[in-house]
Amino acid sequence: MKLDAKIPSGPIGEKWDRHRFEVKLVNPANKRKFSVIVVGTGLAGASAAATLAELGYRVDAFCFHDSPRRAHSIAAQGGINAAKNYQNDGDSVHRLFYDTVKGGDFRAREANVHRLAEVSRNIIDQCVAQGVPFAREYGGYLANRSFGGAQVSRTFYAAGQTGQQLLLGAYGALSRQIGNGNVKMHTYTEMLDVVVIDGKARGIVTRNLRSGAIESWAADAVLLCTGGYSNVFYLSTNAKGSNVTATWRAHKRGAGFANPCYTQIHPTCIPQSGDHQSKLTLMSESLRNDGRVWVPKQKGDKRASQDIPESERDYYLERKYPSFGNLSPRDIASRAAKEVCDEGRGVGPTGLGVYLDFADAMKRVGESTVAERYGNLFDMYERITGENPYKQPMRIFPAPHYTMGGLWVDYNLMSTIPGLHVLGEANFSDHGANRLGASALMQGLADGYFVIPITLGHYLASSQLPKVDTSHQSFKEIENEVREKTKKLMSMKGKRTPDSFHRELGRIMWDNCGMARTAESLKKALARIPSLRAEFWENLNVPGAEGDTNQTLENAGRVADFLEFAELMCMDALTREESCGGHFRSEHQTPDGEAKRNDEEFCHASVWEHQGVGKPATLHKEALVFENVKLTQRSYK
Amino acid sequence: MASTVANDGNLAKAAHENHAMGWVRGFVTSSIGAKYVMAVSGIALVGFVLAHMVGNLQVFLGWEKLNAYAAFLKSLGSLLWVARIGLIVAVLAHIASGLRLAILNKQARPVAYRKQTSMHTNVFARTMAVSGLILLAFVVYHLLHFTLGVTNPADYSLEDPLGRHDVYSMVVRGFQNPLVSAAYIVSMALVGMHLSHGATSMFQSLGLNHPKYNGLFSKVGPAVGVLVFLGNVSMPVAVLLGFIQPR
Amino acid sequence: MNITLHVWRQKSPKEPGKLVTYKRGDVSPDMSFLEMIDVLNEDLAAKGEEPVAFEHDCREGICGSCAMMIDGMPHGPQDLTTTCQLHMRTFKDGAEITVEPWRAAAFPVVKDLVVDRGAFDRIVQQGGYVSVNTGNAQDANAIPISKESADRAFEAAACIGCGACVAACPNASAMLFVSAKVAQLAELPQGQPERYRRAKKMVDQHDKEGFGSCRNHYECEAACPKGISVRYIAQLNRDYLKASVAVAEHAARSSGNG
Ligand SMILES: Cc1cc2nc3c(=O)[nH]c(=O)nc-3n(C[C@H](O)[C@H](O)[C@H](O)COP(=O)(O)OP(=O)(O)OC[C@H]3O[C@@H](n4cnc5c(N)ncnc54)[C@H](O)[C@@H]3O)c2cc1C
Ligand code: HEM
Ligand code: HEM
Ligand code: SF4
Ligand code: F3S
Ligand code: FES
Repeated sequence: MKLDAKIPSGPIGEKWDRHRFEVKLVNPANKRKFSVIVVGTGLAGASAAATLAELGYRVDAFCFHDSPRRAHSIAAQGGINAAKNYQNDGDSVHRLFYDTVKGGDFRAREANVHRLAEVSRNIIDQCVAQGVPFAREYGGYLANRSFGGAQVSRTFYAAGQTGQQLLLGAYGALSRQIGNGNVKMHTYTEMLDVVVIDGKARGIVTRNLRSGAIESWAADAVLLCTGGYSNVFYLSTNAKGSNVTATWRAHKRGAGFANPCYTQIHPTCIPQSGDHQSKLTLMSESLRNDGRVWVPKQKGDKRASQDIPESERDYYLERKYPSFGNLSPRDIASRAAKEVCDEGRGVGPTGLGVYLDFADAMKRVGESTVAERYGNLFDMYERITGENPYKQPMRIFPAPHYTMGGLWVDYNLMSTIPGLHVLGEANFSDHGANRLGASALMQGLADGYFVIPITLGHYLASSQLPKVDTSHQSFKEIENEVREKTKKLMSMKGKRTPDSFHRELGRIMWDNCGMARTAESLKKALARIPSLRAEFWENLNVPGAEGDTNQTLENAGRVADFLEFAELMCMDALTREESCGGHFRSEHQTPDGEAKRNDEEFCHASVWEHQGVGKPATLHKEALVFENVKLTQRSYK
Repeated sequence: MASTVANDGNLAKAAHENHAMGWVRGFVTSSIGAKYVMAVSGIALVGFVLAHMVGNLQVFLGWEKLNAYAAFLKSLGSLLWVARIGLIVAVLAHIASGLRLAILNKQARPVAYRKQTSMHTNVFARTMAVSGLILLAFVVYHLLHFTLGVTNPADYSLEDPLGRHDVYSMVVRGFQNPLVSAAYIVSMALVGMHLSHGATSMFQSLGLNHPKYNGLFSKVGPAVGVLVFLGNVSMPVAVLLGFIQPR
Repeated sequence: MNITLHVWRQKSPKEPGKLVTYKRGDVSPDMSFLEMIDVLNEDLAAKGEEPVAFEHDCREGICGSCAMMIDGMPHGPQDLTTTCQLHMRTFKDGAEITVEPWRAAAFPVVKDLVVDRGAFDRIVQQGGYVSVNTGNAQDANAIPISKESADRAFEAAACIGCGACVAACPNASAMLFVSAKVAQLAELPQGQPERYRRAKKMVDQHDKEGFGSCRNHYECEAACPKGISVRYIAQLNRDYLKASVAVAEHAARSSGNG
């Protein structure tokens, strides 16, 4: 496996411009001749499919949902960053670039991040033109809010529904192209494999989730925009259907998987209430703009929050990180919460929670202003917990939320399989070891609207792509493999449901490869996962039929992939003998408990090459070079 | 490809997609066009019912007034026919459109819920087609009774001392029959029901919805409904109770 | 808590379905409605029976997947709440709850509680967007938009495409859904160029899909988990009339010109 990041030469600020000039273009008349498969229609996929179709390519888009509008991107609440500097508070492309590299704890590729910061501005323009109803000031101009990890206000938002509004914009653009006949939309269709012919990705094999039909689709290039894998933890803030299947199966066909251990644990989620819990709900990070985080100073203090006097409260984020305070980056805020809970100072019935208190904000700006800013979040909190956050502080706890790791891609967003491009959360690109709030939406849309239309054209124009169709031998072979695997899942008729395996796996991962990891815990996980996987393949029970809507079967396929992927994730965490961003190895911390990087040995992306299930994957390294940002110990004090 | 053309340009496009003259049919058969048909014809009908009621209430003022009024109407001649034709068109459009919608709306939900709980709507709104049809039956009977004189030919042929068609006696004698009065009273209840939804609903159909006036709009229907019910029912009731005596 | 469920079970679009009764003990009041069904499904699967098929994804009340009619009300009895956000503490101990799929000709049942809502997508494909290619846009602050307009556009844009409005409407009309999209874009300067064309084409597709026509029952507004107002339907009525009149005018003009 050769890793060539294909970073354009020249000063950082000119790379993207230069690249756009240097890439090969496809003549407008020829674009119709190329077909592109886009898997996933979240922000990344919908924006890519729409834009490619506008350019004239023939696009087939796939999602497992009943409509493109239901992709997990819809759930993003807080906002989207852009270096517009509308607030005149010192923001610039360079500052967004710098914040992102630093926030990612110096584990991202500089050139990609800079490009992201550059196109961030176009994204907001495009979305406004589409009719995305961003929040505005009375003067009619766009409003901004601040987010963790930044000292400027650059986050654009639409109340607590930014992801929804952005996705509906992209979905609108996509719908327009579907209506025009330029995109063929295949809903309810799950990609189960990539087909590689003569070393190039030339199609996919899918299962129709209504009829069970296993089908093949051929094209000149394949784009995976299938989101992140936080659900490896079972309980996460991701939608229930979010999965690793598409990227994992591409990995098994030769796509390098980069930094799988970089997972983000979000500090502000509603704590778990019981064993029946099926997912965790995020409370937008924007709440930390006005909410103050605290726990009692005393261990095991069981008094109600209002009975704990000010002097006995520990506002630990403000205490430890005076300059960023409640707005310190996610990884830091999460770990700090875990620490106080480990010390026995956690609140709520389980002791796994900290307070997020709005009493001061309500005193300062009034209850109605707080309601205007966060009303829908407060309502959601009350619906779920039955507690009123206007009257008593919220209880929050960290939960898996985002995965910085993903399929390795070069500057052109192409994986190690030529023709297989990866966009959005599914790739590993821009966030290094930790993603800043409001940057995922930015990245998904940057990839889809502004990067791939350029770089894909280059690939198509510069590659030999002899015509293939689905009658090709390789399609038949892979179809058969997929069919066999599906049959196998149906045929065991054991005792346990896919969900019960998933829960058990999630527990293993959370306990051993969660917020803090040690060599010991990781080895423990690595010992347990294979036996759980073995049990899965003997004792699984999938009722119902194969050729029918069968949600248990869908789920089983996804759990099967998580069971393989989890091992790689632990392996990656084990070999990365440092702490950085979301990856915290307890062995590697500064005396005051902060993540301690090891730039000598680990200033690289770890890219794994599959060697077979249960066999150790091979590690490749893409060295990360920092020419524009000085490697420093991150400090938010 | 991009159509950032001015307003008119896009309408032009839409126009081309719709064939030149088919638009009227296209409009009235569309779900929203049909709303306008119902509302506009509904307004005409409400207008008639109210005016008709005010006219008829002159029965309380004695036979001279009512018969004079009837004679006046007759004297309008062709003008009367214009109004009648307008009314007939409104009724036909209203019925045709109403029934068509009722059927289509039934087809839009072929399988009923085993359990359905109303959160806002009421029986009046849900029974518009039924109340409408019963109304139709009433109008037919009513025309046979008073306008064509088929049901009670003896009453119909009466003349008053001034030689005019004695509408007063025709009405009073008609209502002296408790069965006839009962039919009227029941029918008027249905008119009231139909209007109590219809006369509010009209506003929304015509696109009139404004937070400032919605409170008012929502009262118009029930108010008109009650008014029409009470106003019209007062006549048979007064006759039965003897407040209105035959001439 | 103890709960008795009557759940609509239907193997496929062709086969007839029926309500099947399941008695549930040990339901925790902190469970969401979907988690309660999850547990039921785990038990069914353990017995080798097929779990109840239902759609869900975000479980945060935003993706619009979790369609089900609970006791005759879309998404159940709690106002402004989707099924995934409905918690069992809303019900009384010992409650009997009937669970059915959305019922509309335009939303055919796929299996159990799953219906096909593709009709919504096809309506949006007819014009529920601004026709702007990527790259066309000018600076985002070039056109100031009053906060009031932006807020109103946002309110209308809050629709999650769940279909509860159709489920609740006695006529299975999707007017609330259509009007919300039309209103969002009608409120913004970017939506003006295609405003009337959009209204016309989306309504025409709505009718083609076999949704019923709106007769102002306002059940939809009461059922909508996002509180979308029927005010938008009135606005759509006006826009549709304008669109139709303009179409006619244009036809007259162009035939006059030969
Ligand atoms: C609760 C929450 C709040 C968030 N808030 C913010 C925020 O405020 N700001 C921010 O910047 N980021 C936020 N994020 C992160 C951000 O939402 C996601 O990272 C981003 O939306 C991912 O977009 P995507 O297009 O890559 O993937 P997704 O939106 O997850 O889309 C995945 C698509 O792939 C399809 N798919 C997946 N697998 C298959 C398969 N095998 N076959 C066929 N189709 C498949 C799905 O159907 C779907 O269409 C938040 C995330 C969560 C969980
Ligand atoms: C003669 C037979 C009639 C029939 C079959 C009939 C039927 C209907 C129907 C089906 C509706 C639609 C309501 C809905 O679906 O919710 C309606 C509305 C209405 N009807 Fe009638 N109706 C009749 C007579 C009348 C009369 C006599 C009046 C007036 C006095 C009237 C006034 C109205 C009004 C005002 C509306 C409301 C229109 C709207 O919603 O915009 N109707 N009718
Ligand atoms: C108690 C109530 C009513 C009374 C006493 C009443 C009385 C009359 C009378 C006396 C006439 C004949 C007038 C004439 O020939 O000069 C008449 C005609 C008519 N009435 Fe009524 N009416 C009543 C209610 C209604 C209602 C509720 C409707 C409609 C829904 C209605 C519809 C008509 C129509 C359509 C005509 C024919 C008008 C014409 O000749 O053009 N009436 N009514
Ligand atoms: S209008 Fe309301 S009920 Fe209808 S689809 Fe939208 S959110 Fe659902
Ligand atoms: S309930 Fe139905 S009738 Fe109209 S107002 Fe709502 S769509
Ligand atoms: S599951 Fe997404 S809205 Fe309920």
